Amino acid sequence: MTASAKVSPAASIAPETVTAHGLTADEYTRILSILGRPPSITELGIFSVMWSEHCSYKSSKKWLKTLPTKAPWVICGPGENAGVIDIGDGLAAIFKIESHNHPSFIEPFQGAATGVGGILRDVFTMGARPIANLNALRFGSPQNPRTRHLVAGVVAGIGFYGNCVGVPTVGGECNFHPAYDGNCLVNAMTVGLAPANRIFYSSAAGVGNPVVYVGAKTGRDGIHGATMASAEFDEASEAKRPTVQVGDPFTEKLLIEACLELMATDAIVAIQDMGAAGLTSSSVEMAGKGGLGLELELDRVPLRETGMTPYEIMLSESQERMLMVLRPEREAQARAIFDKYELDFAVVGRLIEGGRLVVKQGSAIAADMPIQPMVLQSPEYDRPWVASPTRPPVDSAQLPRIETADALETLMGCPDLASKRWIWEQYDHLVRGETVQTPGGDAAIVRIPGTKKALALVTDCTPRYCLAHPATGGAQAVAETWRNLTAVGARPLAITDNLNFGNPERPEIMGQLVGCIEGMRRACLALNYPVVSGNVSLYNETQGKAILPTPVIGGVGLIDDLDSAMSLAFKAAGESIILLGETKGWLGASLYLREVCGREDGAPPPIDLAAERRNGDAVRGMIVERLVSACHDVSDGGTLVAIAEMALAGGFGADIAVPEGVAPAAWLFGEDQARYLVSCRDPAPILRRARDAGVAAAVIGRIGGDSLTVSSSRPISLKALRARHEGWFPSFMTAS
Amino acid sequence: MKAAVIVFPGSNREHDVAKALAASMGSPPRLVWHGEAELGAADLIVLPGGFAYGDYLRAGAIAARSPVMREVAARAARGVPVLGICNGFQVLTEAGLLPGALLPNATLKFNCKFVHLRVETGQSLFTAGYAAGQVIRVPIAHHDGNYFADADTLNRIEDQGHVAFRYCGEDGALTPSSNPNGSARSIAGVFNDAKNVLGLMPHPENAIDPIAGGTDGKPFFDGLIRALS
Repeated sequence: MTASAKVSPAASIAPETVTAHGLTADEYTRILSILGRPPSITELGIFSVMWSEHCSYKSSKKWLKTLPTKAPWVICGPGENAGVIDIGDGLAAIFKIESHNHPSFIEPFQGAATGVGGILRDVFTMGARPIANLNALRFGSPQNPRTRHLVAGVVAGIGFYGNCVGVPTVGGECNFHPAYDGNCLVNAMTVGLAPANRIFYSSAAGVGNPVVYVGAKTGRDGIHGATMASAEFDEASEAKRPTVQVGDPFTEKLLIEACLELMATDAIVAIQDMGAAGLTSSSVEMAGKGGLGLELELDRVPLRETGMTPYEIMLSESQERMLMVLRPEREAQARAIFDKYELDFAVVGRLIEGGRLVVKQGSAIAADMPIQPMVLQSPEYDRPWVASPTRPPVDSAQLPRIETADALETLMGCPDLASKRWIWEQYDHLVRGETVQTPGGDAAIVRIPGTKKALALVTDCTPRYCLAHPATGGAQAVAETWRNLTAVGARPLAITDNLNFGNPERPEIMGQLVGCIEGMRRACLALNYPVVSGNVSLYNETQGKAILPTPVIGGVGLIDDLDSAMSLAFKAAGESIILLGETKGWLGASLYLREVCGREDGAPPPIDLAAERRNGDAVRGMIVERLVSACHDVSDGGTLVAIAEMALAGGFGADIAVPEGVAPAAWLFGEDQARYLVSCRDPAPILRRARDAGVAAAVIGRIGGDSLTVSSSRPISLKALRARHEGWFPSFMTAS
Repeated sequence: MKAAVIVFPGSNREHDVAKALAASMGSPPRLVWHGEAELGAADLIVLPGGFAYGDYLRAGAIAARSPVMREVAARAARGVPVLGICNGFQVLTEAGLLPGALLPNATLKFNCKFVHLRVETGQSLFTAGYAAGQVIRVPIAHHDGNYFADADTLNRIEDQGHVAFRYCGEDGALTPSSNPNGSARSIAGVFNDAKNVLGLMPHPENAIDPIAGGTDGKPFFDGLIRALS
């Protein structure tokens, strides 16, 4: 290549072409000023994906910066492929959650499958062996004819990928609401383990070092996936099916093994997976973080199809690919490892001085652009926002009187509370042999191999609270994961977040985002529970109808001694049931109100973060000191639903006494926060501990029999309750 | 005592079974990459669970034709014990070392859960840790575990006592609801004629630990290692 060779700008870039790339006129003007000339079509494509909402966080960056990201145990916070925390004994937990919402709605099986593949790569890129997957799913109304198709495809796709790569899928959540009719949510989380002193980062170093492409070949799939994920759906969205990538978990499995084998050597300088925006974002991020330039020779890129243009190669989102910078003297050793796994290994470029991304095909230069301005001058918007209107509380005295037994049966069989066994039995949750708490508990528990320690893992969010009052909902999502981890006896350490919202260009949607982040911020600070990684998915909107604000939180905690790990199942008849935390009977925005009374109004239960911390720390202490035999946090559906879940899990009934002077429905089904149920043989030490800690506590019943008896309501047989609870999902999926 | 676990591209339970064998043997087995030139000395060969070659053709079909399987077949013919679990079972049927075939589950879905198995005989290397009729609880995790063979073959293997395990209820009863994948005659595991080759769909290697999966799979490995020592 001669020094005089120049990139040929496109003859003319029509305004429609700019718009079709999801760029505004202002953004295009900025491109012109950065380049000092019109871009080539390849350059335009590169800018469009780098500046897409998905890659640039341009609408959310201002607010994300407010989240707490530090704690003594945080090794690496947001900004890398995944977050890293110290879990002691020289080990680090590496984890992140990421959305694949838009592709999953268009092509549920492949969309969900490649979502799992992508998040796995984010984690093993950093040197971690993936040990667990989780997922958070939201679908439209069960009455919507499309919902069943989406559920079936998404679940099968997640299973197809996770089962094949041999990473257990140990937990998650799945809810339904008509607000997701036009946009389902598929958020996938991976957790891995690595030696704390062997973490791999993406910052390139060493001018002249080879840039190596490994993994699967590049095809035309997924071009513009990142741009698609940054736009609303309309009637023509079906036509976007070709932008959905196709997953190959077998190749991913080989890629995991090959990368981890290479990572045991000192060959790697920097490594980055090719996720959204493929070769473009991986090369720009590696070179950009290292303050270097990078020259790519596209003729060396392993291709699956012939005749691919530079534009297509740079924007392809073909899966199961990684980009690495290697020490030159280690190239042969690295190549031998990838040969063993029969994976492509190609030196596709080298690091150069000057900070430019130079893309060549044959003798032509398809792109030659400065990296730092592209990264640093990426748009950042302070979008206008309005606070969500505040709702009045619901007066429970105004609600119709409904037989307790009927209400409980309705709730336990409603789509959101029904058992998700139909889903998780399609996931291999046992491979690796370390799964201590399988799906169905408050949090999954996965042992750290060869130790008595374990990680506790959970995903959670209550979108109806986020809609009713975003700041409360954001705080509640964080607090509920903290509570779930506490309930299995873990010390909550850090979170990853997946912020799913509608179109941020609408002030009311932006207000939801701002409010939820503010609530998350407060909860993270109060609970000393920082954010170490995350993902933002906006434009989850179809024809002007947005999803519920859904900031999904993935929480990670540590159990120091598995002997004190706790489960929610009742263990023995005759034991006492104690409710910890204050109950006012808050029914606003509750499941009782929605499922039993047919209303979705009202203010959500307030969050008292000081009480949250106090109550949780007290409960965790009781668990660690073996004072309790079962523990369950009280959340969706309130106290009686939590008791029913403990009863079904253990196969024991219970007698529950509603206190005098309270409205039974509010007391039984209110969703007041910061509460736990525990069972025990001897209540005295628990009541004493609670009193000393300033935590409200009362014995509310006793375990025994084969039904639930609540004061004067008719007894509810566990058998009937189980049939409802287990029956809803299979019958929904097999109905025609 | 030397054990070799063959690792195909896409195997994913090799470490699970290696851990189970190590716990019973006192020392870890060798993990042998399918492409290695030599299988080496082995008193026991194990084909682990997973998705060899992605199972993209038919479960086990490509692995069954890989070069290392010629050596496995030759050793099996000489009487070396060969154990195939899940994907390993699929490979053994595809390789013709065991009768029958594993079809997609009757539900057409992947299924991971704990099931009960009835031990059909204690009279084999592989089931020496159990008594005939004993009911054990171990997990399954597969998409293609629906055991199929023609009626003559089924009659023959039953007559010769070559059924190792059947899916059953907690009480040992064989019912349609306790058969998770539609397997013919509830068969979960079968021997070859010489009973030195066993294939089974369930995973005893994920039931060796009181804290994760229970211990009903432990006698499987303890009995096998004792019988071979």
